[in-house]
Amino acid sequence: MKFTKTLMATTALTVAAGTVGAQEMADEMTIVSWGGAYQQSQINAYADPYQEMHPDVEIVWDESSAEAVAKLRAQNEAGNITWDLVDVVAADAIRLCDEGLAMEIDPDEDLAAAPDGTSAEDDFGDLLVSDCFIPQIVYSTTFGYRTDMVPEGVDAPDEICDVWDLETYPGKRALEKRPINNMEWALLCDGVAKDEVYDVLATPEGQERALAKLGEIKDDVIWWSAGADTPQLLADGEIFMGSTYNGRLFSVIEEQGQPVGMMWDAQIFDLGGWIIPEGLPEDRLARVKDFVMFATDTQRLADQAKWISYGPARKSSAPLVGQHADLGIEMAPHMPTAPDNAKNTFLYNYEFWADYRDDIDAKFQAWLAQ
Amino acid sequence: MSDLKSTGPQTADAPTPEDALHEVAGLEEKNGKSGGPVLAADGTPLKHSLARALRLQKLRALGLIAPLLIFVLVAFIAPIADMLFRAVENQIVSNTLPRTVQALGAWDEDASEVPPEEVYEALYYDFFIAAEARRHTRLGQRLNYENAGMSSLFRGSGRDVDDFREADVEAIQDLDDKWEDPAFWTAMMAGQGGEALIEDRRAAFMALADLDERGVFGDLQCAVSGLFGGACDPAPEDIALNFSISSEIIDLLPLTAMAYADFGVFTVLEDGDVVTEEEPWEAVLVALASDLRALTPEDLAAYEGAARDDLIAAKAAVDQIDPESFAALFTAADEDWGTRSPWLTIATYAPDYTSGYFLNAVDMQKGLDGPEARPENQQIYMMLFQRTLFMSLVITGSCILLGYPVAWLLANLPMRTANLLMILVLLPFWTSLLVRTSAWKVMLQQQGVINDTLVWLGLVDDASRLVMINNQFGTIVAMTHILLPFMILPLYSVMQTIPPSYLRAAKSLGATNWTAFWRVYFPQSVPGIGAGSILVFILSIGYYITPEIVGGTTGTFISNRIAYHISSSLNWGLAAALGSILLAVVLILYWAYDKIVGIDNVKLGG
Repeated sequence: MKFTKTLMATTALTVAAGTVGAQEMADEMTIVSWGGAYQQSQINAYADPYQEMHPDVEIVWDESSAEAVAKLRAQNEAGNITWDLVDVVAADAIRLCDEGLAMEIDPDEDLAAAPDGTSAEDDFGDLLVSDCFIPQIVYSTTFGYRTDMVPEGVDAPDEICDVWDLETYPGKRALEKRPINNMEWALLCDGVAKDEVYDVLATPEGQERALAKLGEIKDDVIWWSAGADTPQLLADGEIFMGSTYNGRLFSVIEEQGQPVGMMWDAQIFDLGGWIIPEGLPEDRLARVKDFVMFATDTQRLADQAKWISYGPARKSSAPLVGQHADLGIEMAPHMPTAPDNAKNTFLYNYEFWADYRDDIDAKFQAWLAQ
Repeated sequence: MSDLKSTGPQTADAPTPEDALHEVAGLEEKNGKSGGPVLAADGTPLKHSLARALRLQKLRALGLIAPLLIFVLVAFIAPIADMLFRAVENQIVSNTLPRTVQALGAWDEDASEVPPEEVYEALYYDFFIAAEARRHTRLGQRLNYENAGMSSLFRGSGRDVDDFREADVEAIQDLDDKWEDPAFWTAMMAGQGGEALIEDRRAAFMALADLDERGVFGDLQCAVSGLFGGACDPAPEDIALNFSISSEIIDLLPLTAMAYADFGVFTVLEDGDVVTEEEPWEAVLVALASDLRALTPEDLAAYEGAARDDLIAAKAAVDQIDPESFAALFTAADEDWGTRSPWLTIATYAPDYTSGYFLNAVDMQKGLDGPEARPENQQIYMMLFQRTLFMSLVITGSCILLGYPVAWLLANLPMRTANLLMILVLLPFWTSLLVRTSAWKVMLQQQGVINDTLVWLGLVDDASRLVMINNQFGTIVAMTHILLPFMILPLYSVMQTIPPSYLRAAKSLGATNWTAFWRVYFPQSVPGIGAGSILVFILSIGYYITPEIVGGTTGTFISNRIAYHISSSLNWGLAAALGSILLAVVLILYWAYDKIVGIDNVKLGG
């Protein structure tokens, strides 16, 4: 380990040698995100206006968020951090913070206050789930279904347990190839009360119970691992219903006009946001902090919703959400947080999954492979 | 195709420098009976001067390949070795909790009790500095692989550990503002004799914070970067700490001296601050209170050093307080500390090297009485290894079946047609892997081309369309297609060298078509099959992307789990163990192949 470390450090030093004596703020910034429509919404809402204000700043985009945790760990071990700002989901932010790979932030100092003077800490509220995490959007994992495949004379599915009702709604399902979310839904449909789900899931019996419930539909499930899978399977008519991120379903329904309907029941909320890697040189850190201060203010978060149907993470941004930039439709009703959609929601328990992820995943994968 | 050079034995007709040595040896044998060794013109034995000349030649040859050799070593071999080494490395436990691990050594793991108070006390001091350096959560992550719940146990306790024995801290600080004055502390501790303690704590902190000594190589590197104007931070082992501890204090207040040394090292190395300007941690005051309680008034009266009266006053104050035990404090922070479960995990994984990852990789775990099988519902890896081997064999077999006729056609058709056919073989070879895999998805899915055609032809009922993807069948079909060129190309280049006249001769001697093929042609094409099979088998055993996309749940390989542990679960130790086993399996199979078939019989070209 030491050998490679030294090796990488040499490279880093040679590179650093050229930048010694640079001014206070670096002119280049590497931002890591997820690619696709989501990254485009960030470019439109944050990066373009920022570069208009600072024309000499160059922003490089890297689409590595899916492997951000592993790559940040590798960069840290090599002593050469090449990223300045990384978009991750909250669970990954907690993991990065635990590993000491992400920098702790002080919300009131590093983030802009709301226009009415509410402090950033209060404005973000409960969504500050980790000391290192700067929340950006609220998204949800929920189900979409083919409206043209609903059998005649039957109402469209509108509750989570309809996923298990193969008699009324025949057809394949698509579920994510990991225990998170699936185990919760299975227990909910097995009669566990919403506030007891994680208590039950912490026990081996509860885990068996959830897998047994999933076993009822196992033969009719296609397991997905990329966010684009379910929209594609829905568009091909391969499945009747499947889980995915609500923004992907919005794009299938509104932008592509596919015969797909949303089922918001028991949608599971999760958060996306920024982390700043630990160990940045001062000039780069100053630039990133400047950008983050701008990109997470009330107006910017509301602006992002013009391009994608994810809810802004600030309370003060919600009233400012307007219309879709191209389609001209009101975006507010498409937000996972809209009152009509959020009648029955479920909040992902980060602490629980940080503890039980490895354990339950081993059981889940063994069960899948049987 | 013609680019594929022979890996078989070199034709040995060209003279090599070694031949000269053999000749000399031969000459000497002849002359040995008649007289002394053969001499060169300058009088030295011919053998020596030849050897010297050869050595020079060899060195020059080595010098020529040196850039490539160094590149491969540095960019390929070293990182792989480093990665595989993680399969056994486990220093994080003893680096993060050194005193606890030591104290735990005396604990009887088989007993039904939790460890004694000393262990909890050691844990407090270890945990305090680990939490300050934000390293406790990293250890929590590591131990969570073995015992679910360790992660939040460590994260949660890290928040509370600052407030342990708050009454002690407040009692001392309320006595006099001096106790919050950094200068007062430095003056009290200062003196000769504590250098060894401080260096010991520096080494412990460097292990905790993963700071490497710079060493000779690092110094050289610094000098080089200095030439280019780069700045080089001083090495952590050389930084002056600028505080001292007297041997009197170490004798009188051992815990305090140790906690203060920890604090001082941390302040300088981690924060880059000056010890004389920083107020000591709560842990130093807690240690002081423990030390003072253990002393008799006579001990203190005999003490001649600085701040004697303050210490006497502090002792009077802390003697009023009945201290909570560290065991109780940790249990209050998280009730799991009051059970044996986290302690067993720490004790089991305390050694610097562990077989735990390898055991895990073969569906076993460390139990109290040595290795034991994992619960059945967590066993997965052996099954995946078997599946990977089995499916790789099936894929290799189907590549031979499909590739052999194509290669035969390529080798025997007229040039023009053969070239066209060759382009048809190569075209998919040049197409992106992802495109080809996704194309199979379109072909094989239930609403896909093949199913649609079958339904249209009436061969399959619309309600019972065939399931051909997201299972083993899909993986085998897609991978056979993708790996087929690796079978066809070596087969083709071997077949090209088989003279067509052999077959004609066999037939003219009365052999049937089948006999002529089976007895004459086929044996000559076996080296091509061997080369193709090795290529296809070794490529498929480590395949990742195609099984991931079309494999569903029953068609995934071991490499998909390795990728998961590298990029998602971050359990790099387990990933390294799985990778090492896979590497070993491939090497063993290669060795077996060499023994049975002989690697010399493998030909990639004429």
